[in-house]
Amino acid sequence: MTQWEVVIGLETHAQLSTESKIFSGASTAFGAEPNTQACAVDLGLPGVLPVINRGAVERAIRFGLAVGAEVAPRSVFARKNYFYPDLPKGYQISQFELPVVVGGGLTIQTSQGEKHVRLTRAHLEEDAGKSLHEDFHGLSGVDLNRAGTPLLEIVTEPDMRSAEEAVAYARALHGLVRWIEICDGNMQEGSFRCDVNVSVRPMGQPEFGTRCEIKNLNSFRFIERAIECEVKRQIELIEDGGTVVQQTRLYDPDRDETRSMRSKEDAMDYRYFPDPDLPPLLVGADWVARVAAGLPELPVARRTRFADALGLSAYDAALLTASREAADYFEAVLAAAPGVDAKLVANWVNGDLAAALKRGDLDIAHSQVSNAQLAGLLVRLADGTVSGKMAKEIFEILWSEGGDADAIIDARGMRQISDSGELQAVLQQLIDENPAQVAEYRGGKEKVFGFFVGKAMKATAGKANPAQLNELLRALLAG
Amino acid sequence: MSLSENEVRRVARLSRLAVTAAELPQLQQDLSRILDLAAQLQAIDTTGVTPLAHPSGAGAPLRNDHVTEVDRRQAFQAVAPQTERGLYLVPKVIE
Repeated sequence: MTQWEVVIGLETHAQLSTESKIFSGASTAFGAEPNTQACAVDLGLPGVLPVINRGAVERAIRFGLAVGAEVAPRSVFARKNYFYPDLPKGYQISQFELPVVVGGGLTIQTSQGEKHVRLTRAHLEEDAGKSLHEDFHGLSGVDLNRAGTPLLEIVTEPDMRSAEEAVAYARALHGLVRWIEICDGNMQEGSFRCDVNVSVRPMGQPEFGTRCEIKNLNSFRFIERAIECEVKRQIELIEDGGTVVQQTRLYDPDRDETRSMRSKEDAMDYRYFPDPDLPPLLVGADWVARVAAGLPELPVARRTRFADALGLSAYDAALLTASREAADYFEAVLAAAPGVDAKLVANWVNGDLAAALKRGDLDIAHSQVSNAQLAGLLVRLADGTVSGKMAKEIFEILWSEGGDADAIIDARGMRQISDSGELQAVLQQLIDENPAQVAEYRGGKEKVFGFFVGKAMKATAGKANPAQLNELLRALLAG
Repeated sequence: MSLSENEVRRVARLSRLAVTAAELPQLQQDLSRILDLAAQLQAIDTTGVTPLAHPSGAGAPLRNDHVTEVDRRQAFQAVAPQTERGLYLVPKVIE
């Protein structure tokens, strides 16, 4: 039985978060009436000239810096020629031989640990319009609002070896483009979509197998499913004596399979050539330096700081830096809860808060418990006013009713009993009332300890400080 | 360099040009001569010469990221062969 190795590379189209298009002053706002945001340049009317949007270039520079790539001092726009009604000029302006971002890489976290994925390049290009195939008396409708929207196409080396790694990369990239605020990452609206190149080869074979490209995947789940289907298809095909044919395929989520879109024989010849309407894009070192100065602390740096300076586990630090909002929330709680251990804060943000967000299908920016509210609660947990169990209850109240922890504690008398005199009195009474159980415990039956804990909790309405209770009880029972 | 008839047909298809059988021989000859000229240029030693992307030595001018265009759909669609509900209508395309 041959062991197969999977080889995956990704091409991601990230829509850049500019107000206006890459080569025109038309708006990029989503959801406008058809063709109300398609100007003469976007329509490719005769006599118009494209002018590059500085904001789009600046976002490409931010990306290049964030992935440790080279920002090309001189890059060139080219025409990629093909015919389709949603491409009015008959060519897409893209970058071919000389892209604006060269190299770089991204570190991802998987169940196998950390891995570095190399990037080949990232280039600027314009998006096409949208064809609507529902029936217009046997015709197709074309909306060109999206035509000319700026995209950054980010291409990896074939470095990934499983669907899990590919999804981890896509998630890390998605987190990064949002972190550095170059793309809103809205996958439903198509702001972040992936093409996946998949091939298989017998384990140990140095040459790559023939690859297939699966186009336009707009959810992480579809990326994972599409790769798994395609890997299975290729392996079965080869094991049945067939050969993989290089082609472009589409993933059909309803049938959970990939199907051929076009094969290499019909592959288009794009006849790339430098766009004579656009002189080379020059990016000076001073511009790059200005952009670098304006970059926020990047996910990797922040993750390292959380692990090294705050003593968090690699796992916690990675979860907290999955998005900038999560990292900001965590640090805000930490700042508002002086003296509270960072590990405790991390446990709550990654535990109870994350679970509540998931239940409510909310992201952390829309959390129903603010960082100040959580800090107020954790201060009371850390100073022993409330037990862990009470804290969970208070958290649920904060989530559903709002308010602040101190007020809830006072209103509901949720203060735990940490007064050793008071606890000792309760425990002494229990011991006096249950001589048989005391004898059993002293006779070596350790399990009876739980009986007393239960009784004591009942007697104090669950308010006894558990650690203190255990300690006192053990001493008293020892006699 | 001489192009085959099949190559000419393929180029025509890629260019979405309807070429009749009668036109093929002439096109085949003309295109082959153009390729000969290109081959002559290719033969020049360009070692150390930076490829020219644009005749002007200057860099591209940039514009600030502001919306400067207004909706002129009505004017643009006045010259379109067919429109409906704001969409341009074209012969059916199915991927």
